[in-house]
Amino acid sequence: MKTIPFNQLQETLYHQTMDNGLDVYVLPKKGFNKTYATFTTKYGSVDNHFVPLNGSENVQVPDGIAHFLEHKMFEKEDRDVFQDFSKQGASSNAFTSFTRTAYLFSTTQNVMQNLETLVNFVQDPYFSDQSVEKEKGIIGQEIEMYNDNSDWRAYFGVIENMFHHHPVKIDIAGTIESIAKITKESLYTCYETFYHPSNMVLFVVGAVEPNEIMSFVEKNQAAKSYKDQPPIERFFDSEPKTVAEKKKVLPMSVQVAKCLVGFKEPNPGRQGEDLLKHELSINLALDLMFGQSSENYEKLYNEGLIDQSFSYDFTEEEKFGFSIVGSNTSSPDELANRLYEMIQSFKNESVDTDQLERIRKKKIGSFLRALNSPEFIANQFTRYRFNDMDLFEVVPMLESITAKDIEEAMKGHFAEDSFTVCQVVPKG
Amino acid sequence: MAIIPHEKTSCGGLTLHRIQTDKYKTTTVVVQFKARLTKETVTERALLPYVLQSGTVNYTSSKAVRTELEKLYGATLGVDLAKKGDFHVMTFRMDFANEKFLSEDEPLFKKALSLLSEVIMNPKTDGSGFDSSIVDKEKRTMKQRIQSIYDDKMRYSNMRLTQEMFPNEAFGLHIYGEKEEVDGVTAQSLYDYYKKVCAEDEIDLYLVGDLEGVNAEEVVKELFPFQERSDRKSETTEKASLDVEEKEILETQEIKQGKLHMGFRSGVGYADDEYFALQVFNGMFGGFSHSKLFRNVREKESLAYYAASRYESHKGLIIVMSGIEFKNFKKTVDIIKEQLTAMREGDFNEEEMKQTKTMIRNQLLETVDDAKGMVELLYHGVVSQKLRTIEEWLDGVEAVTKEDILAVADKVKLDTVYFLKGEEA
Repeated sequence: MKTIPFNQLQETLYHQTMDNGLDVYVLPKKGFNKTYATFTTKYGSVDNHFVPLNGSENVQVPDGIAHFLEHKMFEKEDRDVFQDFSKQGASSNAFTSFTRTAYLFSTTQNVMQNLETLVNFVQDPYFSDQSVEKEKGIIGQEIEMYNDNSDWRAYFGVIENMFHHHPVKIDIAGTIESIAKITKESLYTCYETFYHPSNMVLFVVGAVEPNEIMSFVEKNQAAKSYKDQPPIERFFDSEPKTVAEKKKVLPMSVQVAKCLVGFKEPNPGRQGEDLLKHELSINLALDLMFGQSSENYEKLYNEGLIDQSFSYDFTEEEKFGFSIVGSNTSSPDELANRLYEMIQSFKNESVDTDQLERIRKKKIGSFLRALNSPEFIANQFTRYRFNDMDLFEVVPMLESITAKDIEEAMKGHFAEDSFTVCQVVPKG
Repeated sequence: MAIIPHEKTSCGGLTLHRIQTDKYKTTTVVVQFKARLTKETVTERALLPYVLQSGTVNYTSSKAVRTELEKLYGATLGVDLAKKGDFHVMTFRMDFANEKFLSEDEPLFKKALSLLSEVIMNPKTDGSGFDSSIVDKEKRTMKQRIQSIYDDKMRYSNMRLTQEMFPNEAFGLHIYGEKEEVDGVTAQSLYDYYKKVCAEDEIDLYLVGDLEGVNAEEVVKELFPFQERSDRKSETTEKASLDVEEKEILETQEIKQGKLHMGFRSGVGYADDEYFALQVFNGMFGGFSHSKLFRNVREKESLAYYAASRYESHKGLIIVMSGIEFKNFKKTVDIIKEQLTAMREGDFNEEEMKQTKTMIRNQLLETVDDAKGMVELLYHGVVSQKLRTIEEWLDGVEAVTKEDILAVADKVKLDTVYFLKGEEA
């Protein structure tokens, strides 16, 4: 077991890689009642085209299958795993993102027993024809719930606009038509390919003793017969730098319109420190441009073009990245134009260093705040880890980014033909 | 040691709550203003905190306030509104880094509290009222905030259900205020209301974090010099009457999924001895994934992705929510009613009870890990005027018997079935 201290943050992280390749991390949190654990596979909605384990030809699986699989992991031949956790005083859950599927529990008691339940249920799939059919009704209602959610529709709409081929444009849950094609067999194919321990990370944070966790996982994994797995081959069609659609308007049952604008990252492919630096640089740029202390924010708010729902974010993974900015608004077209102009003019100016120092402080403070949350630590650490980044390098990286770094990152990212707009407008 | 190390002192016109803990990397301050929810005040009260955070004498615009927050290592400031029983609560929340985790040793406590004091005590005025350009902007934003309730179908359905359950009572009002009343608010009238709030509201200030070496009482007295309250009115919430007839409300919009919301009255609130039994009842009925609603509506019948119940702690309500296909309306309502009947008939075993108590215990202890959650729990005691330590709460839940649950189940009465559906045959 490796001990990694972070002195300024007064945290210590423990790490061990098991013989079968599973990476385990433990972060003890003093004074907390709660323990939170996530067991995550590097497998999400975008991984729909790959060579199955022991297969020779690549396959294309139905949209929404990673999320469907996540649902079905909880059901076993004789029982429902939710019940196992709740009998042991834990609440459990799971989520699927573009690139990850995470299973988790939180509890204030029986930590080891719940950890055993978590590791075992994820490593012991059981799918039947009947239970697969039953799930289609439940997920069908989940899909419809999102279809009525105007914020989600605007967000997904802008991502859909950006991409020609990349499967990030496919809704994580799929559609009612696509999930109809999912079978017990296709679930097993995905499971066997992506749930090998060497493709997964276990993270435990809270009121725990690192040695106890590591030796438990060691024994638990040693008792299971995993064969070494070759690297997984995933396929993505080559994606142009330009956006697929410049604008989309979605009429919905709303009273207030929404307008989101997006920039598609033209040159993804970064990992590790490069990615960390790029991601933080663009996020600093967005704060400088649109933070609540910025002139742009003040102008837009005073003119009544945005309200408190205004938000912005940039995120990048290995094969794709995008920034999204927008708000509820009374004038969706005007807001789109103004945002575009503001970004283009900001991109061509040099960054004000006083302002940068302030925003840097703000970011460091927000990061400290986020470390109050066990959920944030476990989920973000895992996301960073899958991109070869280190969550605990955020503060040193923030301290090292210069005005010039930000200017360069902006020139690369905010390109004219990477721009797209999605609006939700009142129907009728 | 107590699970929440909570010290309470009267500090001029407010009550100071000090919670010393070293488990966070930040310090949290929450200021709660409590007054009765009324039709006459709901709109001004819903506007006031947004105006206050938009400009002070020394930081004359929202931009200036936000710039100052950034300088304090990204201190956060947020305002919020809530309905707690018969009260309309305004909240100011601030959170700032503990300097011991920063590479520069910059004392932030006093600076951060001074800024919060500026926002609450020293608003920007022009002449005898608030700055009118700030008020105008915030009125515009406020109308949009009220309108956008309609756009979130779950929140909209909740609002409509509450209106239908309490058509002639203040509790039926929405905390965001009345859209038609917004235009009538002026910079002057709002300022008069602000003066009244400062003089009459019941104010509680919570400090959560590592406060070693900080003289909190002195700082708070200096920065928040509210005049002492002459007559501390002991107002509590009136429980919702159980004398109601069941009714059904159907509404149509262009949507894809039906939203079924059912409102029940329980006659049990936070201050009552039966409160713990109500919590256990709700947990078994629809509070968790092992509950009757989750198992029957979702797992057994595949009718929904979510089917859950939650309780309101002061007025004494239980609200069931589920998103379903339009055609399954009758069927789902029947199943939900059957689950209530099963609870009344005691159709549950020891293990389900034990499981539910364990989950509630878990939930309470987890809530206390979060500074905001801790304040929420403590504030129940202020709203209901019934002080309870978390230890008493945990013991109370543990002691609930099957008879206690049956007694509560027997009281629970369906008031309104609200269904928002799409436009189809």
